[in-house]
Amino acid sequence: MSEEHSHDHEHSHLDETAIRVRALETLLTEKGYVEPGALDVFIDTYENQVGPRNGAQVVARSWVDMDYKKRLAEDASAAIAEFGFTGRQGEHMVAVFNTPDTHNMVVCTLCSCYPWPVLGLPPAWYKSAPYRSRVVVDPKGVLKEFNVDLPESVEIKVWDSTAEIRYLVVPEQPEGTENFTEEQLVELVNRNSMIGTGLASPATDVEGAGS
Amino acid sequence: MSHLRRAEAEALQKLPAIPRDETGPVFAEPWQAQVFAMTLALYERGLFSWPEWAEHLTAAINEAQLAGDPDCGDSYYLHWLNALENILQSKQIVLGDQLHIVQHAWAEAADSTPHGQAIELSAQQRAALVVNSSSRIG
Repeated sequence: MSEEHSHDHEHSHLDETAIRVRALETLLTEKGYVEPGALDVFIDTYENQVGPRNGAQVVARSWVDMDYKKRLAEDASAAIAEFGFTGRQGEHMVAVFNTPDTHNMVVCTLCSCYPWPVLGLPPAWYKSAPYRSRVVVDPKGVLKEFNVDLPESVEIKVWDSTAEIRYLVVPEQPEGTENFTEEQLVELVNRNSMIGTGLASPATDVEGAGS
Repeated sequence: MSHLRRAEAEALQKLPAIPRDETGPVFAEPWQAQVFAMTLALYERGLFSWPEWAEHLTAAINEAQLAGDPDCGDSYYLHWLNALENILQSKQIVLGDQLHIVQHAWAEAADSTPHGQAIELSAQQRAALVVNSSSRIG
């Protein structure tokens, strides 16, 4: 596909990448490997139905229900499946819990493995070479870029995901939220806090709470 | 600061900043969604295992970085497309010359479609593809 055509405005144009994708889809459809309708279902699922809110529900439940927290620590895949969130790639989920002494961060240094069932698809920065290479050698520096300043005494653990094992960070419950309902707590669990590049949002971020 | 630490710090400064997107779209363009969905569909049909896919994706990323891609996340689905073409060719599910023929058909279809209308392959083009691909697969 190296030859350049000159195009006037009366004709349509597809760039090289779009042509490569259409060609693949045409061939795979003709050979019976994919059905266009089935592709749309995958796309809709990941664009509209699976996202960080899934993970937020898991985290909020672990804050209010100590039995659930125990199950999540022992077998995260099973505990997450209680919500109906299951992985399609046969990946094994592991939950890592932040404490006052330990902060966890997740990366995939090789490609961009990510816990899709609980977080949806990864943000651009997670997929970028700068994040993937720097978080391993300088996690504190990366945290500063995300405006997270932790006390010197806090140990940072970086977990490298693989095709088989995906990690979910369970952030610490924010102060002053002891009387919050589970639904209110879900609102405080943002995406970055479950990757470890952020903390759960402060109590003041929930409307009508704390009064 | 030791030499090692200094060298590390200097190496770090040479890396581009981490790109930020707080609420960006999941897929920036429709083709990205198509590549993603095709990969999942083929995986679910058992054409490859997920670790096998991760291996091809890693190889595609390394290759792009060697070719000078700063790899800041925006080229992520281009890595997927390269990995998908590679894994399908290595398994002989799709052959390189078949792909080339169909790519040309789509380029021609775009050229003969007035601006603003949906670009489709004609029935004639599709029929030709079926003949081509079946005769090549044998």
